[in-house]
Amino acid sequence: AGKSKVDDDVLDELEEILVASDVGVTTTIKIIKRIEERVAKDKYLGTDELNLILREEIAGLLSETETDSKLGFHIPEGKKPYVIMVVGVNGVGKTTTIGKLAHQFKSQGKNVVLGAADTFRAAAIDQLQVWADRTGVPIVKQQMGSDPASVAFETVQEAVKQNADVVLVDTAGRLHNKVNLMNELSKVKRVMQKVADNVPDEVLLVLDGSTGQNAFEQAKQFTAATEVTSLAITKLDGTAKGGVVIGISDQFQIPVKYIGVGEGIEDLQAFDKFEFVDSFFK
Amino acid sequence: MFDSLSDKLDKALHVLKGHGQITEVNVAETLKEVRRALVDADVNYKIAKEFTSTVKEKALGQGVLKDLKPGQLMVKLVKDELTELMGGEVEGINLSGNPSIILMSGLQGSGKTTFSGKLANFLKNKKTKKPLLVACDIYRPAAINQLHVVGEQIGVEVFSDEGNQDPVAISKAAIAHAKQNGHNVVIIDTAGRLAVDEAMMTEISNIHKAIQPQETLFVVDSMTGQDAVNTAKAFNDTLNFDGVILTKLDGDTRGGAAISIKSVVDKPIKFIGTGEKMDAIDVFYPSRMADRILGM
Ligand SMILES: Nc1nc2c(ncn2[C@@H]2O[C@H](COP(=O)(O)OP(=O)(O)OP(=O)(O)O)[C@@H](O)[C@H]2O)c(=O)[nH]1
Ligand SMILES: Nc1nc2c(ncn2[C@@H]2O[C@H](COP(=O)(O)OP(=O)(O)OP(=O)(O)O)[C@@H](O)[C@H]2O)c(=O)[nH]1
Ligand SMILES: [K+]
Ligand SMILES: [Mg+2]
Ligand SMILES: [Mg+2]
Repeated sequence: AGKSKVDDDVLDELEEILVASDVGVTTTIKIIKRIEERVAKDKYLGTDELNLILREEIAGLLSETETDSKLGFHIPEGKKPYVIMVVGVNGVGKTTTIGKLAHQFKSQGKNVVLGAADTFRAAAIDQLQVWADRTGVPIVKQQMGSDPASVAFETVQEAVKQNADVVLVDTAGRLHNKVNLMNELSKVKRVMQKVADNVPDEVLLVLDGSTGQNAFEQAKQFTAATEVTSLAITKLDGTAKGGVVIGISDQFQIPVKYIGVGEGIEDLQAFDKFEFVDSFFK
Repeated sequence: MFDSLSDKLDKALHVLKGHGQITEVNVAETLKEVRRALVDADVNYKIAKEFTSTVKEKALGQGVLKDLKPGQLMVKLVKDELTELMGGEVEGINLSGNPSIILMSGLQGSGKTTFSGKLANFLKNKKTKKPLLVACDIYRPAAINQLHVVGEQIGVEVFSDEGNQDPVAISKAAIAHAKQNGHNVVIIDTAGRLAVDEAMMTEISNIHKAIQPQETLFVVDSMTGQDAVNTAKAFNDTLNFDGVILTKLDGDTRGGAAISIKSVVDKPIKFIGTGEKMDAIDVFYPSRMADRILGM
């Protein structure tokens, strides 16, 4: 007949697993409540079914776009260049993710241009240049210390001239509570619109998978400054689970598109919500 | 969610007092609030649990509940306990060797290279040392360049051997170079690595064995969540490091990882990073950190 209540110790265990995966107290309670409600209504038969319910409930919180996000970015025909601006706090994996994305787009036969708009961090331009060489993709760059907005402008301009398909703009890591730096980011975004309409097409916020609850504030402030359209979670090849992204995706209605699973050129995967949830239990 | 803990506890305890009957069960309920606040601040949930049971014993022992302002007293208890847990004497860097050798370790992107520069700058300016920075990250694109740019910014020599694929050999050669050229501190920057990457953990263990550093530092991002315990433990098991560096505290993270790490490895937190620039380094103050974690 099935039970209409989940045992308390099963729920406690579940709560622990979610909290240990950085899901956070608020989102964890929300998930457990939803499970309790559903079970009270539908009943459940055993552990297998409970797991299914759990997966569904968590997946339900992860925001979806109209297109199948399992494929990562969808570059529509006839939108040239498709401009992707990459933002995030320091050291999360922005530049590396750009390298990996450039490789994926190139493999799909697309013409890609990189823009080195991190003009601040030591050797950030050299780092992106290495990725440009690895992927065989042109890069637009200026001197260290030059205006990042000017680099972004020039990058889109160059892409238009070359009739390129995709532009990937790297930006300097910045902590979201630094008002000046966040304003600078808004300006980088704005300036590109002088070259092409409705760009950037995507603002990708990169989150480090080992980050805890602070990722919420990151999402909030970067969204305020640049209207983030998609998320990537990096460094999931370690033991960290990246669970904070569930609450973020739910609250801000931003889909997760990619996960980073290593430092190599191939180590970027399209996000799969069920695999993601399953990883909490491993 | 962003109510300060003190408010929350005052409220919780106020309700309890209203009932006129304060029991051990009620205290447990209140401490649940503390535990949630700690987990929200990224303290590992198991450690938060242990911590609150310690506080519970003390609270009952000290008769917190008979006090006029039980919330405040409870917060003070929690804060003192946290401070003690993270604290003790402020410990500096061991500079006993000649040259003194300092080895950096940590996950990818935690801030090792930047901190290497900051420490070199600090030792040069504040301790009149002559440091040598050593580029042992042979993997990350432009890692060697990055350290050279940093060295140039602070006027400290950087030793590198582009193309050499053996960090043990590079670090040994660097130490020989330091001895020949009168450098009394050698700071070795290494590649970021995950604790589960066996080959990379073996690599840093080999560097550690070969150079016998006076000081091995574990550099960790203060925004780290629940996983901080796993990583700190694994690096400590491999390197038995001497101290912890908490970076990126110029952000608004609560920084609960500090407690998790201290609890798990019991090594002092020596310095904090408070910005991207070379002078953004400070010593660690346990009581400030406790305030921060508690949102005070
Ligand atoms: N293990 C692992 N390491 C990664 C991953 N993504 C990036 N990294 C590493 O993380 C470190 C930082 O990556 P970057 O791409 O430089 O990060 P960033 O966000 O551009 O950094 P800043 O520009 O300094 O803010 C490097 O050592 C990368 O190799 C990942 O998915 N897994
Ligand atoms: N805001 C802030 N940024 C910091 C701090 N320390 C380091 N960073 C930034 O964090 C990013 C990563 O720093 P790195 O020094 O390259 O980190 P790493 O550990 O050497 O990285 P890998 O070598 O790739 O493992 C860079 O953008 C730094 O500028 C800090 O205390 N505050
Ligand atoms: K993982
Ligand atoms: Mg970068
Ligand atoms: Mg480095």
